[in-house]
Order: sequence, then structure tokens, then C-alpha cells
Amino acid sequence: MKKMFLSRAKNSAGSPASGVNSTLLMGSILVAVVLLSALLSLVFTPYDPVQANPSVRLSTPSATHWLGTDQLGRDLLSRILVGARITLLVGVLSVSIAALIGTPLGIWAGMKRGAVEEVTMRASDILLAFPALLLAIMFAAIYGASTVSAMVAIGLASVPGFARVARAGTLQVMNAEFVLAARAAAQPPVRIALRHVLPNITGMLLVQCSVTFALAVLAEAALSFLGLGTPPPVPSWGRMLQESQQYWGTFPLLTIVPGVSIAVAVLGFNLLGDGLRDKFDPKLGRGKA
Amino acid sequence: MLLRLGSNLARFVLSLCVATIAVFAMMRVLPGDPAVIAAGENASPQIVASLAHQFGTDRPLVVQYWDWFSGLWRGDFGISYVTRTDISPLVADKVQVSLILVTLAMALALAIAIPAGTIAAVRHNKPSGTLISALSQLGIAIPGFLLGIVLVSFFALRLGWLPANGWVAPVEGFSSFLSRLVLPVMALAGVQSAILVRYVRSAVLGIMHEDYLRTARAKGLSPLRALAKHGLRNAAIPVLTVTSVQFSALIIGAVVIERVFVIPGLGSMLLAAVGNRDLLTVQSVVMVLVAITLIVNLLVDMLYTILDPRIRAA
Repeated sequence: MKKMFLSRAKNSAGSPASGVNSTLLMGSILVAVVLLSALLSLVFTPYDPVQANPSVRLSTPSATHWLGTDQLGRDLLSRILVGARITLLVGVLSVSIAALIGTPLGIWAGMKRGAVEEVTMRASDILLAFPALLLAIMFAAIYGASTVSAMVAIGLASVPGFARVARAGTLQVMNAEFVLAARAAAQPPVRIALRHVLPNITGMLLVQCSVTFALAVLAEAALSFLGLGTPPPVPSWGRMLQESQQYWGTFPLLTIVPGVSIAVAVLGFNLLGDGLRDKFDPKLGRGKA
Repeated sequence: MLLRLGSNLARFVLSLCVATIAVFAMMRVLPGDPAVIAAGENASPQIVASLAHQFGTDRPLVVQYWDWFSGLWRGDFGISYVTRTDISPLVADKVQVSLILVTLAMALALAIAIPAGTIAAVRHNKPSGTLISALSQLGIAIPGFLLGIVLVSFFALRLGWLPANGWVAPVEGFSSFLSRLVLPVMALAGVQSAILVRYVRSAVLGIMHEDYLRTARAKGLSPLRALAKHGLRNAAIPVLTVTSVQFSALIIGAVVIERVFVIPGLGSMLLAAVGNRDLLTVQSVVMVLVAITLIVNLLVDMLYTILDPRIRAA
């Protein structure tokens, strides 16, 4: 009886709805799977992911090749593990670019108001008309296909999202008494931004990171599928899908394996974002998900 | 109201102008002289200079921009540096294909998402509502081109019910035109409907406890009748916002879908141009794609004004 009471109290303190924890948990597990795959691939893969072995081409899953092999006899599991690395690399760097540019811009707009806010928000509206993939295709046309140009393009295209979230959060925080007190005490704006605003919008920004990460994974996959992402021989999930094209009707495993990997990564980061949103803003979360 | 529509229009024109500057700066200033690229790495300076003169890229950038910009309003995109042909007729041809694809996909996505999202909201604490939410979460994680591959593999290659790819203009045979559209439109609409369901659900959830709905219920209307009569108009505003934001995702999604289904639209044109390093064609197609997005945003802004008397009065 006492135990039951305790566990209920703990649950209500952590989060209001019972489904909330499971969303966060599920998201964390899926993200952890992708992360661990990438880390594992740094030290160990069952086979060389780029080594062709024609004698075992197009084999179904077995004890020697857990996920089977592709049209050149390359081990699919090894390729998926190494592919996770590319997916995470592009995600981490593009989210970092977006957060590092977008967050200060948004906070600045929210604190300064007036013309600064107007210009920043109008500019981000216009940038929104350039989706990540379109910008990445333009970059590929200019600089050639590479992981770096993909990351920069996806990162830049995600700046408006961070600017908007940071601005909205800042507008809320600026009316709080502790900010008014800090302003009354004539603290410099940069100090107010770092000490009072940023810590209070971290939750919203984390949600944005997670959601942007999912979009970056999707954009990278599409870009590699178009042959404009990471160039061969490094395996990426999107290009594995492209290379499976000839075998769509005959050997679906080649499509299913990278396809499921992409879906798991995107689902993981989306669920993580939803879970974080419910955790940081229960009122907002209830309507979504 | 007229004032509001006027300011919508003004903002659209301004955005479009800024977008042309952004595209021009990215495509023309960053990569350097197109004549150098077109002439190849080992070309003599004389050849580069004559190409630059032919393309007009030896003039100041401002003049080049103005030339391109004023051409855009006349529907003249200039001449490709690589194929040396006029870009405009090609764009005009391809844009129809892409618009058919995108419009049908958006219509299908809304046709699925509005009823599904409403049911998910009304039954939000019942299994059917939860199931719809879970399915939409899963749907968002599956990129459109992956869904396209799955649809092709199954319905076209395995079952042979529909053609796997290609494009037939409606005038050449309406039934083969339609049969080739089914799978790409489904692939494009799938992800969009999954995204829209979430917003329809949260919009309907948001209005479900409003006083006017309680009044309608008190008058004896059933929950769904009350929603249909009084609620959907109010829920439409946030859904419209998302629809306009999602339109740009749909247009770029169509670029990839065109690759999967070998459809000769703007996406295929863009990718071919990227492959050839045909920068002026890339620049033109990107501008058209961005302009379509901005036009849709403008139309949605205008729709708000018509849908919501409160905005109209403001």
C-alpha cells in the first residue's frame, strides 16, 4: 500500500500523463540503438563494409551474415553499422550549425524587439521557402556532392526553426520578474541572455534539436538516395536504397534493411522530441503527439 | 479587408524579390564565373573570355542580376550555359507535371488527414484514437521516397496491378495518365497526411471544449454534427497554416519522388541540371520551386482573411 502510494507520487511528480514517460523512453531507446550502432562500427564490424564478395551475393540472413548480403556480396549488417555513423555525423553537425546560429539570433530578436525582430523573422520566413533538401541540392550543384556541403546546407536550412523557437521562448522569459529585476539592476544584455534567458529556454531548444535531427536524417537519406550525399565507397543508408533499385521487385531485403534503419532513426528522434516536449511543457504536449 | 489583402500581396512581392537575390547570390556569386566552368579546366583564357562575353557574365554582377530579375517577370529564364538552349519553354513544360503531382498529393493528404485527425481527437481516450496517433507517428518516420519504393515493389513489380514508373500526358491517354499517377501521389501524400493528422487532431482537441460547441450540443446536435457545423471552421486556421508550411516540403518531396517514378517534372530537370553542372538551369528551377512555395503561402494568407471574420476586421 505504502509502496503503491510512493510510486504514484513519483509518477505525478515526473510527468502528468502516464503515456508521456513511454514516449520519452521509446525515443531514447531507439536513439540509443542508432548511437550504439555507430559507436560499435568505430571499433568492430562483422565484415569489411566495402569489401565485395561475389560468391555470397544476394544472400538472405544467415548465421554468417545476420542481415544478408547485397548485390556485390557485401555484408549488410556491417554497412548499416557504418551508415549509422554518417547519419549521426550529418545530424549532429547540421543541428549544431542551426542551433549555434539560430539560437543567438532568436534571443537577440526577442530581447531587442523592433526592427531587429522584424528583419530576423522576415528573413527566416524567406529562408523557410528553401527546404533543407533544396538548399543541399543547390550546394551539391555548386560545390559537388559531399558530406560537408550536405551538413552545411541542412544546418543553414534549419536556422529559422531555432530562431523562431528561441524568440518565442525569449518573449515569454523577458516578462518574468527575475529578468525585470536583472534589467532594473542594469545588467548587460549579454549577461541577461546567458544567465537568465538561455537557461530558461533550454528545454524548448532541446525539443527543437531532436525534431531538427529527425529532419536532418530524412534530408541526408533523400540526398544520398539522389546520389548527391556522401560519395562512395562510404556506405550511407540513402545510397543503399538507391543501389537496391534494380532489385526492388526481386530481392526486397536490400530495400528493407536500410529503409527500416532510416525509419528507426527518424522515429527515435521524433519520439524523443515529443517526450521532451511533454516533459518540459505538459500543457503544450497534450494537444500534440 | 482590402487593406489586409494588399499588405499580404506587398509582403509576397518583397519576399519574392529577396528570394531572387538569395538565389542569385548563392548560384552566381559563390561558385565563380560560369564561363570558367563551362569552358572546362584546361581552356585557354581567350575561350573563357569569349564564353563569358557570350553568356554576359563579363558584365558587373548588379547588371547581370537585373537582367535575370527583369527576365523572370517576363517568364524568360535565359539560355542554358551547357545545352545552349532556351530554359523557359522547358520549365513551362515541366512545371505542369510537378503541379499536377503536388496538387493531387496535397488534396489526397487533406482528404485522409481531416477525417482521421478529427476522429483521433474525438476519440482521443479510446483505442481507435490512440491507434490513429500511433500510425501517424510511424508514418512521419517513413520518408516519401521509401514509401514510393515499397509501393512500386509491391503493387507494380510483385502484383503487376499498376505501371512501375513513367509519365503519360493526359491528352495522350487519360487512363494511362491516371494509372501512372496513383503510386507517386500515394507515396507523396502518405507522409503529408501523417504530419497533417497530428495538427488536425490538436486543432480539434483545442476547440472541443469551447463554449459554442457546448451550446451546439445543448441544442441537441450530435458531437460530430456539432463539430462539423461549428468547429471545423475554427479548427481550419491552424491546419491551413501547417498546410502552407508543408507545401514546400511537398514540393521538394516531389523532386525525390520524381526520381523514384521516373517522372519528367521540375525535379528531374533540376537533378539533370545538377549532374551537368548547368548552373543557370539549376538557378531557374530553384527559383520556380521557391516561387511556387511563396505563392501558396500568399494564397493561404488570403484564405485566412476570408475564413476568419476576426482577422478580416482587424
